[in-house]
Amino acid sequence: MIELLIYPLLIGVFLTLITGPLGTFMIWKRMAFFGDTVAHGALLGVAFGVLLSINLTVAIVISAILSAIALAALRFNRTLPTDTLLGLISHGSLALGLMALGLLANQRINLVSLLLGDILTVSGEDLLLIVALTLVGLLVLATYWRPLLMCTIDEDLAKVEGHNTRKLNVILTVLMAVTIAIAVKIVGVLLITALMIIPAATSRLVSKSPEAMALIAALLGATASCVGLIGSGFMAVPAGPAIVSTSLLIFLLVLSFQQKPHSQH
Amino acid sequence: MKEVGDAKLVSLNDLSLYAGPRQILERISFEVRANEIITIIGPNGAGKSSLVKLIAGLTEPSSGHIQRKSGLIYGYVPQNLRVDQSIPIKVSRFLSLANVSKASLTKALTQVGANHLWSNQIHTLSGGELQRVLIARAIARQPQLLILDEPLQGVDVTGQTELYRLISDIRTELGCSIVMVSHDLHLVMAQTDHVICLNQHICCAGKPENVSQHPEYLKLFGQQSVQDIAVYTHHHDHHHDLKGDVTACSEDCQHD
Repeated sequence: MIELLIYPLLIGVFLTLITGPLGTFMIWKRMAFFGDTVAHGALLGVAFGVLLSINLTVAIVISAILSAIALAALRFNRTLPTDTLLGLISHGSLALGLMALGLLANQRINLVSLLLGDILTVSGEDLLLIVALTLVGLLVLATYWRPLLMCTIDEDLAKVEGHNTRKLNVILTVLMAVTIAIAVKIVGVLLITALMIIPAATSRLVSKSPEAMALIAALLGATASCVGLIGSGFMAVPAGPAIVSTSLLIFLLVLSFQQKPHSQH
Repeated sequence: MKEVGDAKLVSLNDLSLYAGPRQILERISFEVRANEIITIIGPNGAGKSSLVKLIAGLTEPSSGHIQRKSGLIYGYVPQNLRVDQSIPIKVSRFLSLANVSKASLTKALTQVGANHLWSNQIHTLSGGELQRVLIARAIARQPQLLILDEPLQGVDVTGQTELYRLISDIRTELGCSIVMVSHDLHLVMAQTDHVICLNQHICCAGKPENVSQHPEYLKLFGQQSVQDIAVYTHHHDHHHDLKGDVTACSEDCQHD
């Protein structure tokens, strides 16, 4: 069975190496809802991709970047709170996407695998794409780590100290949008945000520096993805939810160890 | 951007700022000279933070223009900086992101009396400690102009007096100019060269003892603050009646 799992395991590990550090930024910048919105927008992307018969991954990446731009533009509207606007776009595009896919009723599309991911049917091509994404993503993060961190702590301070905060925000947003778009194929539209934030949240409980938090998030993500995948094989349950559940289990375990010293008082 | 003469670091000419239809700042003009401490005071919503953000180059004015001495190095201490609880970070790492040598960071931290905080997590600091760390970070950059937006937020009263003394020491040691925002003139008087009283437009400006008696200032801050200032400066050019209200001196008043 392990032979069948080689590609999925590799994909899971490489993907979580980049979703871990990006997940820490998602937590720091309170962007969890952003992740959901971009992921849900991917459904509309798939519908358009089928309609225009273009490569679905390309269509998803384009739709993800478009929803990221839409979100950035909407942030200037102060009449409605940001989470309301995000909820509106997020669930609006989920509904529209589901409807469009229903209407198209195309054989190229398996709705369940779009929603929950389909890591077991990945090809060598998919693996290459994920490896490339991870390497490029990690390179970008390593190059801009200090300015990105500074910009996350306080934008004004970063700006006075000479950082181009606008450029940094665009870099981070595009990197997240592209990662989400590609990861959707693996864990699905509904669970991608969980894949990103749960390992980072666990990592926050035990880290003392931002770098440690990003690194531990990547390692925890990779562990959860391996354990979840193998477990899903044994239990005959969908892989995406199994990975996320494993991640959640690790979080709860760490949390319970964390709180022991406090409860003794 | 045109260069400003040696003595002037920044000069603001006829600056206005709008947020949508709402006017935040109206036709502001003044200069920041070398080695000068300017305090901007005004009620809530007067546009004080917006004004210092314009000076720091964080926002652009809607009209008017700012001239800056070329290559001017800023130090900026934002109002109420709160590092998100989700970011685990020690004071040392936070300071190291300022891109200055470790030696000057240590020196700056010693200067503000916060050396012992070096390896603390930033979330464990008190309001006053965090302000000191932020000031240290700003002065480690060897700024020619230090901008402090309400440096006393979340600092208790004894800490406030100490911090003001610190700010004036910094001017002496670094030879930099300081622009700071405050809403209590009486605390900053002793350390200030020039006061700008702001309420969207500049109501009045000048030496602190003059501004504190200016009718526009009194209109904004009321009589109460005059008494506070009188106690601090001991300029006895008036008497107090039993209620504590100010009464004018008689013509033949001899004491100062």
